[in-house]
Amino acid sequence: MKTGARTLIEALQREGVDTIFGYPGGVVLPIYDELYDSSIRHILVRHEQAAAHAADGYARASGRVGVCLATSGPGACNLVTGIATAYMDSIPVVALTGQVPTGLLGNDAFQESDITGITMPVTKHNYLVKDAGDIDRVVQEAFYVARTGRPGPVLVDLPKDVSTGVVQEGRPVPEKVSLRGYQPTYQGHVRQIDKALDLIAGAARPLVYAGGGVILSGASAELLEFVETAAIPVTTTLMGLGAVPGDHPLNLGMLGMHGTQSANYAVTECDLLIAVGVRFDDRVTGKIETFAPNAAVIHIDIDPAEIGKNKAVDVPIVGDVKAVLQTFLRRMQKRGDTANWVARINAWKAQYPLGYCEDDHLRPQYVVEQLSDILKGEGIVVSEVGQNQMWTALYYCFKKPRTWITSGGLGTMGYGFPAAIGAHYARPDMPVVDVAGDGSFQMNIQELGTVAQYEIPVKVVILNNMYLGMVRQWQELFYDRRYSYTELPPVDFVKIANAYGVEGLRVDEKAGVREAIETALATDGPFVLDFRVEREENVFPMVPAGAAINEMIGVRQP
Amino acid sequence: MKSHTLSVLVENRAGVLSRVAGMFSRRGFNIESLAVGPCEEPNMSRITIVVNGDDGVVEQVMKQTNKLIDVIKVSDLTKRESVERELALIKVAAETGPSRAEILQIADIFRAQVVDVGSKTLVLQVTGDTSKIDALEKLLRQYGIKELVRTGKIALLRGPKTVKSSK
Repeated sequence: MKTGARTLIEALQREGVDTIFGYPGGVVLPIYDELYDSSIRHILVRHEQAAAHAADGYARASGRVGVCLATSGPGACNLVTGIATAYMDSIPVVALTGQVPTGLLGNDAFQESDITGITMPVTKHNYLVKDAGDIDRVVQEAFYVARTGRPGPVLVDLPKDVSTGVVQEGRPVPEKVSLRGYQPTYQGHVRQIDKALDLIAGAARPLVYAGGGVILSGASAELLEFVETAAIPVTTTLMGLGAVPGDHPLNLGMLGMHGTQSANYAVTECDLLIAVGVRFDDRVTGKIETFAPNAAVIHIDIDPAEIGKNKAVDVPIVGDVKAVLQTFLRRMQKRGDTANWVARINAWKAQYPLGYCEDDHLRPQYVVEQLSDILKGEGIVVSEVGQNQMWTALYYCFKKPRTWITSGGLGTMGYGFPAAIGAHYARPDMPVVDVAGDGSFQMNIQELGTVAQYEIPVKVVILNNMYLGMVRQWQELFYDRRYSYTELPPVDFVKIANAYGVEGLRVDEKAGVREAIETALATDGPFVLDFRVEREENVFPMVPAGAAINEMIGVRQP
Repeated sequence: MKSHTLSVLVENRAGVLSRVAGMFSRRGFNIESLAVGPCEEPNMSRITIVVNGDDGVVEQVMKQTNKLIDVIKVSDLTKRESVERELALIKVAAETGPSRAEILQIADIFRAQVVDVGSKTLVLQVTGDTSKIDALEKLLRQYGIKELVRTGKIALLRGPKTVKSSK
């Protein structure tokens, strides 16, 4: 006989879990007691939200399932933002929560919350385990559901009497998960693929629009081979950055609200849009009626519900992006003549490069450029949400998949720092940098305690403008510069870091940027860099809400 | 915009109905009627949902419903020949002899059954499609409907075809 908690730990080990991010509490005491001398490493965060983001960052950096653990009630509720963040970006996370004993369920017991009810809209699936004998099966299913098909978070709620309950030793564990209501399609339909290849062969102005699905399915190599073989330019979403090297001649950079001019013009002018692992999000399409108005659309996605959801599609292909692209490459017989189109795109790229005022002021774009120049794509860059995120997306050159970690769909401020912690445990061989704003960093600043305790070498680059910068930018542009509650008083981040035992450096001059980044990267432990940047710098180009994506502001005029 | 009757085969587990209903409300799909109960398979239930929407909306409804792990199969019965039924219980005022006689006559025409007779009321049970029950309700209103309860619509394909788990 063994306890439910012991059974849980063994089930996690069978799933290959090496790290759990968590925070203890009353009803998870039995689980923590088993963790105490288990081979699984547990990282104690300072707030459960950080545990969920760290598990998410771990998953994004590694491609494996991230795991977080919290107690019932407030602990579980604090995971919710992190779970929702993972859900919106299709990240495989298993969240384990304690629950009050089954006999008290529904009784408004101390620290009770209906976490399976609360998380139903933001999980791919969730479980309330009522019998310790179900733990093996549920854990196996949870990991399977989280990582297969379109990945996503799965929550497993474990009442205290289930953790302390007894399970017979030596019960056989099913070899394979079989869920009759869940059978993802991996191989694309060959007839549809051939139809797509016909369109591709006949297109004069084809464009690949690639997103997070390429990263999730590990299809970067296939995508690169496809665009090179067919000579098709490619633009990526925020989530797709790194799928194709940022400096590849066919890469147009990011599209959408803060996309590059050439990417947004290319979408508007293309005659064939090949959408790969994307979901036509409103931040990408702008006014949907004018998105790719002249194009036939091929849409490859593993989730059939994404196809035709926002934009009518001519050739839908349901399947895993990697498998479908492999079939593309196998069956492609001829390519279209895209020379004129590529030349036109190259002319746009030359005519409309990204740019900012290169004076001697300390500007945030410069900080990101220097970071990019120093890391040369050989690091993991995480961002918070807002201007810091967009400047990083635009000015950092991502060269490989899974080196860019950001909250795209939910846009969760405070995500970056804990996600960077998770990324470090997934890839301890890589430097990990969190590009932050002063607003976002203060949303999970308590994790300085975690990085100090475990000497986690995460470097925080704060682009400190003493504003909630993106909101201020909207107020400047659309609300008559009425800066309603967006100004933040100065904070001495170096002192705060020091108080936690973390090193820090404040930089006020452009001349000190490079050296400061190099110093931080050369330091063994965590490091906080406080860059006091130009306060009212804006992120451009920008498509105003509801406009067509070729109607950008803050750009060089055609 | 038209009504679609969806037959949804689900795992017979706690919380399944709330997963389905929650997804509908969260995504802004309107449920016109819903009926749920056990079916021919021991561990499954069948939910019959009537939704209103154009083809694009209904396609999204079906795809999103299908994504739920506990949902085994979703079929749109509207596109095929099917029988659809609702049941209603109607408590109607019948205090005087003449009105009582008229109500019984109406019930007879509608093939409604009298399932309770009180000194001042009758309870009628009627089955049929939506319009038949609407028509009966309208006719009985003049006598005073004290209480009325209707089930959601249930439906089956005509002929030998079935909506079964193909998996």
